[in-house]
Amino acid sequence: MEKITGAEAMMRALEHEGVDVLFGYPGGSIMPTYDALFDHKKSLNHILVRHEQGAVHAAQGYARVSGKVGCAIVTSGPGATNTVTGIADALIDSTPMVVICGQVGVAMLGTDAFQEVDVVGITSPISKWSYQIRRAEDVAWAVSRAFYIAKSGRPGPVVLDFAKNAQTGMVEYEPANVDFIRSYDPEPDVQMSDIERAAKLINNSVKPFVLVGQGVELGNAQEELRAFLEKADIPCGTTFLGLSAIPSDHRLNMGILGMHGNLGPNVMTNQCDLLIAIGMRFDDRVTGNLATYAKQAKIIHFDIDPAEFNKNVPVDLKVLGNCKETLAAVTPLVDAAKHTAWIDGFKPYAEKEYHKVIDKALHPKEGPLLMGEVVRKVSEAANNEGILVTDVGQNQLMACRYFKFTKQRSVVTSGGLGTMGFGLPAAIGATFGAPDRTVCLFVGDGGLQMTIQELGTIMEQGAPVKIILLNNNFLGNVRQWQEMFFSHRYSFTPMVNPDYELIAKGYGIPAKTVIERADLDAAIQEMLATPGPYLLQCAIKEEDNVLPMTPPGANIDEMLLEV
Amino acid sequence: MEQDTTKLYTFLIYSENVPGLLSQISAVFTRRQVNIESLNVCASSTPGAHKYTVTAYCDEHMAQMLTAQMEKRIEVMQAHYYTDDELFINETALFKISTSVMLKNRDVSRMVRFHDARIVEVNSTYAVVEKTGVTKDIISLFDELKKLDCVLQFVRSGRIGITKSRTEHLDEYLAAREEKRHKKQNN
Repeated sequence: MEKITGAEAMMRALEHEGVDVLFGYPGGSIMPTYDALFDHKKSLNHILVRHEQGAVHAAQGYARVSGKVGCAIVTSGPGATNTVTGIADALIDSTPMVVICGQVGVAMLGTDAFQEVDVVGITSPISKWSYQIRRAEDVAWAVSRAFYIAKSGRPGPVVLDFAKNAQTGMVEYEPANVDFIRSYDPEPDVQMSDIERAAKLINNSVKPFVLVGQGVELGNAQEELRAFLEKADIPCGTTFLGLSAIPSDHRLNMGILGMHGNLGPNVMTNQCDLLIAIGMRFDDRVTGNLATYAKQAKIIHFDIDPAEFNKNVPVDLKVLGNCKETLAAVTPLVDAAKHTAWIDGFKPYAEKEYHKVIDKALHPKEGPLLMGEVVRKVSEAANNEGILVTDVGQNQLMACRYFKFTKQRSVVTSGGLGTMGFGLPAAIGATFGAPDRTVCLFVGDGGLQMTIQELGTIMEQGAPVKIILLNNNFLGNVRQWQEMFFSHRYSFTPMVNPDYELIAKGYGIPAKTVIERADLDAAIQEMLATPGPYLLQCAIKEEDNVLPMTPPGANIDEMLLEV
Repeated sequence: MEQDTTKLYTFLIYSENVPGLLSQISAVFTRRQVNIESLNVCASSTPGAHKYTVTAYCDEHMAQMLTAQMEKRIEVMQAHYYTDDELFINETALFKISTSVMLKNRDVSRMVRFHDARIVEVNSTYAVVEKTGVTKDIISLFDELKKLDCVLQFVRSGRIGITKSRTEHLDEYLAAREEKRHKKQNN
C-alpha cells in the first residue's frame, strides 16, 4: 500500500468524516498539515480567519445551524491557547466541534520548546475529549474517534493535539470508522418503565408545563416535541438555546424562561403541578433562586446526559435518552387532553408584560431608537425566517426576546459561557452552515470590538452577514446592573467608540448609520436587499434597560417590570 | 441548625488504561471543592481496566454529583461511591524506628505486638515496622510510637477497598456493553 504523510492522512480522514469547511489559521507547527491542505482545497474549503478565536466561534456557528460537526485548525502554542474560549463555550453549550491544533514534535515535548504548550492539559477540563496524536499511524483512528465523540450523545468539543512528527511521519492510510467505545455510551436504551411512569404523571397532571431546551434541536426532536405538546395540550417555555425548537407563534409556546424571559412562563413555573424539562440543564439564569424553584411541582427530566439529573434541581423522575426517542415513546401513552383553563391562565401575565414592557419596547412614539423595535423590524423584514446570531449582553437579551422564529436551528448565541466577541465570527460560520438563509447578527459596541478583526474574513469571503450594531456607547448590560444594583456607579462602562461605518467601509463592507426612527425601515430594507455583508449601525438609547428582569438570586416568579 | 451530613466516602472508579486520566479525575474533585483524602491507582482484575480508589469527605448528593461527573469522562467506565460498611477496606503503613530507642525501651516492641504490627527489618540503626489495617488502628499505633519518641519516618498508603456486594458491577457493565457492540455490528 502507498505510504502518505500523517498530514495527508489527516486530510483524507477529514474528507472521510464529511468535512467540507474548515476555519483556521496557519503557523509553524501545523505547516505540514497546511501543506497537505493545499492539495485538498477543492473538497476542504478552508476559511482563513483573522484570529484563532474567530476560527472556533465560526466552527460553532457552522455547527449550530447545520447540525454537523464544526472544524477548526490552528497552530501550537498561542494558536492553541487562542481557541480556549471557544472550546469552553462549545462545551457548556453542547456544540459539536473538532479543533485540530499543531504541536511540536514528540522529541521536543516538555522542553519548553518554541510555541509549545500543554494543550491536552489546558483543554481536558473544557472539552469532551482531548487527545494528542503522536504517531502518523494514529491519525485515522483519532480523527474518527474525535468526530464520533463530538457528535454523539450530548455533543461537545474535541481537541486533537497534532504533533509535528505525526504530521510528517509516513503511514499506510486506511480510513477508520469508530462507532463504539466501551467506556462511553452515547445511545442509552430507552427504559419503558420510566416512559410509563412519565406518562402516568403527565396524565394525572392538571397544570403541566414543559421547559424546552436545546436538547430538542440537538436531538432533531422538533417534530416529536410538537406532537407531544399538541396531543397532551401542554404549554411550554423555552430557554434561549431552545428558542427555535418550536415556532415563536405556536399557540402552546408561552415564551422565554429565566432572568430576562417572559413573565408568564416564569410565574407559571412556580404554579404548575408538573414540570417537564426536556433537553435543558436548569441553568441558574433559568431557575433563579433554587430554594423556591418549582417546589410545588413534581418534576420529570428528559435528558441524554445522566450527569444533568439532580445536578441543580432534584427531580422526581429521570428519563434518560435522546428526546427524539423518549418523546416518541411517551406520546402514544399520554391522553389527548385539553388544559384550556390552565393555558388561559398565562394570558393575564402576557398582557401585563405587553402593556408594561413589550409595547413600549416595540412601539415607542418618540425619543431615540430602542433595541427591541430594531430587532423586531429586522426579524419581520426577513419574514421571521432568518437565523439569529447574537453577541452577549443587552443585544443578546433583546434579540432573543424580540426576534421571531418559524424555522428550526435558527438561533446562535453564547448561552452558557456568555462570551463577548462570539457573535461576529459565529455569524460567519452560520453563513457557511446555512448558505441559503439570511444570517442576522445583533451585536453591541463592546462585543463587536472583541473580535472586530473578523470583518477581514467577511471581506475576503464576501460572507453575507447582516451586522446590526446596536450602539449605545456603553457596555450596556454591565451598565444596567450598575444602575440597578451598584447605585448608578458606572465603573468603566461608558465606551469611547470609533466610527464603525468608516471601519466597515475600510473593509469594503457596505454600511449605514440610522439615528432617526423614520429612517429605520428603509435602512433595514436596503441592508437585506444588498447582496453580501452589510453593517447597519443603529444609534440606540444610551441608558436603556432590558426588562423584565429577575434580579440575581431572586425567586424566578418575582420579575421586575420596571426599574 | 442544618445537620452535618458529611462523611468519608470511598469512590471506586474503573477506567481504560490511558494517560492523563488521573488529572481528569482529580479535577472533578477540585472543581467541586472536595479534598481528596487518599488515592490509590492500580490495574484491576479486568484486563485493560484501571482501578482508582479515592476517599473524600462530602455529603451524599455531592458523592452522586462527583461520580456522575467522573463517568462523563470518555474513558471512565464506571464510578461508584461507598460507605465504610459496604466495603472491605485496608491500608498499609510503614514505620522506621530507632533501634537504639527500641532496645532501651521495651514498650516499643510491646506496642508493635499489641497493635498486630510486624517488624520486617532490623539493623543496628533502625527497624522497619509494617502495620496493615484501617486508618484509626494505624494512627493509634503511630500516636503510641510517637509518644515513645522512636519514629524516624512514617508513611501510610492510600485506602484500598473491595465491595461486599455479591454482584460485580464492572463485569455486568462490560457484558452489557459487549452485547450492545454485537447488536450494533449486526445492524
